[in-house]
Amino acid sequence: MNPNLNLWLIPVLPLAGAAINGFLGKKSSREGVTGVALLFSGAAFAMALWVAARFSSLLLPYHEFVAHWIRSGDFSADFAVYLDQLSLVMLLVVTGVGFLIHIYSVGYMWDDPSYYRFFSYLNLFMFFMLTLVLANNYLLMFIGWEGVGLASYLLIGFWFTKDSAASAGKKAFIVNRIGDFGFLIALFLLIKHFGSLNFDQVFQGISPMSPETAGAGLLTAIGILLMVGACGKSAQIPLYVWLPDAMEGPTPVSALIHAATMVTAGVYMVSRSHVIFERAPTALMVVLIIGTLTAFFAATIGIAQTDIKKVLAYSTISQLGYMFMACGVGAFSAGIFHLMTHAFFKGLLFLGAGSVIHAVGGEQDMRKMGGLRSYIPFTFLTMSIATFTIAGFPPLAAFFSKDEILWKVFSSEHGSWVFWLIGVVTAFITSFYMFRLWFMTFFGDYRGAHVDPHGHGSHGHESHEGGEPHESPMVMLVPLAILAVLSIVGGLVGIGNRFDNFLAPVFELPFRTVIVAAQGGNTPLQPAQSVAESGHMELYLTMVSVAVAFLGFYLAYLLYHKRQDLPQKIADAVGGFYEAVVHKYYIDELYAVVFVKPLVEGSTRILWQDVDRKIIDAAVNDAGDGARQVSDEVRHMQSGNIRSYAGWIAAGSAAVIAFMIWMGVGR
Amino acid sequence: MVASYVPLSYYLLLSGFLFACGVVGFLIKRNIITIFMSIELMLNGVNLSFVAFAAHWHALAGQVFVFFVMVVAAAEAAVGLAIIIAVYRTRETLNVDQVNLLKL
Repeated sequence: MNPNLNLWLIPVLPLAGAAINGFLGKKSSREGVTGVALLFSGAAFAMALWVAARFSSLLLPYHEFVAHWIRSGDFSADFAVYLDQLSLVMLLVVTGVGFLIHIYSVGYMWDDPSYYRFFSYLNLFMFFMLTLVLANNYLLMFIGWEGVGLASYLLIGFWFTKDSAASAGKKAFIVNRIGDFGFLIALFLLIKHFGSLNFDQVFQGISPMSPETAGAGLLTAIGILLMVGACGKSAQIPLYVWLPDAMEGPTPVSALIHAATMVTAGVYMVSRSHVIFERAPTALMVVLIIGTLTAFFAATIGIAQTDIKKVLAYSTISQLGYMFMACGVGAFSAGIFHLMTHAFFKGLLFLGAGSVIHAVGGEQDMRKMGGLRSYIPFTFLTMSIATFTIAGFPPLAAFFSKDEILWKVFSSEHGSWVFWLIGVVTAFITSFYMFRLWFMTFFGDYRGAHVDPHGHGSHGHESHEGGEPHESPMVMLVPLAILAVLSIVGGLVGIGNRFDNFLAPVFELPFRTVIVAAQGGNTPLQPAQSVAESGHMELYLTMVSVAVAFLGFYLAYLLYHKRQDLPQKIADAVGGFYEAVVHKYYIDELYAVVFVKPLVEGSTRILWQDVDRKIIDAAVNDAGDGARQVSDEVRHMQSGNIRSYAGWIAAGSAAVIAFMIWMGVGR
Repeated sequence: MVASYVPLSYYLLLSGFLFACGVVGFLIKRNIITIFMSIELMLNGVNLSFVAFAAHWHALAGQVFVFFVMVVAAAEAAVGLAIIIAVYRTRETLNVDQVNLLKL
């Protein structure tokens, strides 16, 4: 038996921090708010580390019952913790990166008038995210899932007096709702067919089922519906449109929620449901296609963005696409590996971008930056590490994880060289747009105006003495340094398949053995090639990905450093296509015409003006008018004359008696 | 027991006659005290039918009811006469056709 680790404390600690700051923060000092926020998020991280230290002595998966929640007939869902290798990785990433970003936010948000509100929301986010990760059933996971959506909404719209921020928050919430609809239907199907939402019971119910190779059945439906949910939360085609707009939130929020943790919840959920997906090849194919398309599509949009945070937003969508590619070929551990390294380097990129924005006084347009490397050398250094990492230069973190994914896509029987090729092209584009960002921001001459001494436009950061771009305070630089180190060494855990082997118990036992036995020992998810042959092949493919990373670097160097006149010429040459890319392929406009406008028009014309005003309101008004008219007629009966009342009583009694006699009552 | 007794229908006819007198008096008289007396007449008409049935069916419930009616009638008479005095003091009339303020 396992000792009781009281893991429920891990999510509840940040909740306590959120409550204290939310209720009392307004009256307390900034130092007090900082202390509470860092103490509780730090305590959660410390506890996660403590769990990790004791991990090898635990009997996995570790279960912990906390409290009854729903007991209805045969169905039950409890507050209970489920910890295995997958949850542990997520736990460490969420608490670790979360804690670093809390520290960074102290510097970034210091002069915001709603300082306490920010940290209250941030802690609340941690609570829901940890609930999502530690839940032992889909329903509790869904609570966390919705909760992080709420926290995301609150933080995107943090500067709610700005109209664009308020509507970006709403957009994120509504688009996520579409995905959640799919998720919910998947949960209903699970309840209907397996009578439970507990991971253990559901997966035990599914594991005897054979893969739905021919046609599509229940598991395929559940898998695709779960993927719809993941598309919303993890910003995949066709529901990715909210993420670029979500950049309206403060930059630490973009780093924590919209890069490192929340958007990866979909990947986690799909990986957690691997038992379902492994038995539904069609659903896996859907995941693979969505992931591949999203990775490629978002990367191309990233090329032409000029807002530094928008570039990173599309980059995030693209990288999430990679993770789904991995899931789509059944290589869930590769997806989780990339999830982890992505949390490091994308968190770093966003925090670095925040530092850059901070340095130039709130400006986000890269065309107004340039030459910043001499002004903010430390930020430049860490951003460079992150940029080289995401581009896939060895031996940095993303080199290992991205390569693992590309190799799995190439070699798995669910994948093919077509998807690999798209993945490699995407890697090239990634390298190109990231170095474009790098060159535009840090090289050349400073193109911006002198920093506005009266603060950062509408963002309300600290005000400056004025003059030149300046380095950020130490409290922001330390998290950058730590994440930079993690971005460098984070990939090393993947050497020799160690990460893969660590997660293997989650993704293989005991359910995998069941199919293996059922199919006569031929594991469906392993490549058929011999070890030596596949080893060579893997090496060649790795060389290709490193080559495209260099190619991207060189092209960006050529276009954005050496010959800065070229991009405009190329843009002019391809004309319409360039316009389309700049406008993100007009997807937002398309959605506006196809979905939003009919909805708004339909609501206005039909639901409001016809149904509401002409039917519902009219019914109520007519009922009132009718009652008044009838009353107006019958009020004349009430004359005030006692004898007329007596007459009515007598007549009424006579009528009742006559009726009773006529009906024969009492006979 | 006396061999020949008054049949039930006689009592009921008398009871109906008393009740009808009460109703007619109630409807046509204008003096509020006469109206009040008509109400008592109706009540006693009903009481007569109660006791008649009670005697006929040898059931005591009818007689018990009569006592209730008499008690309620006594209470009603007290309240009703008090109201009549109050009305007379304010309106200085007992004609119900002139006491007709309570209307829309």
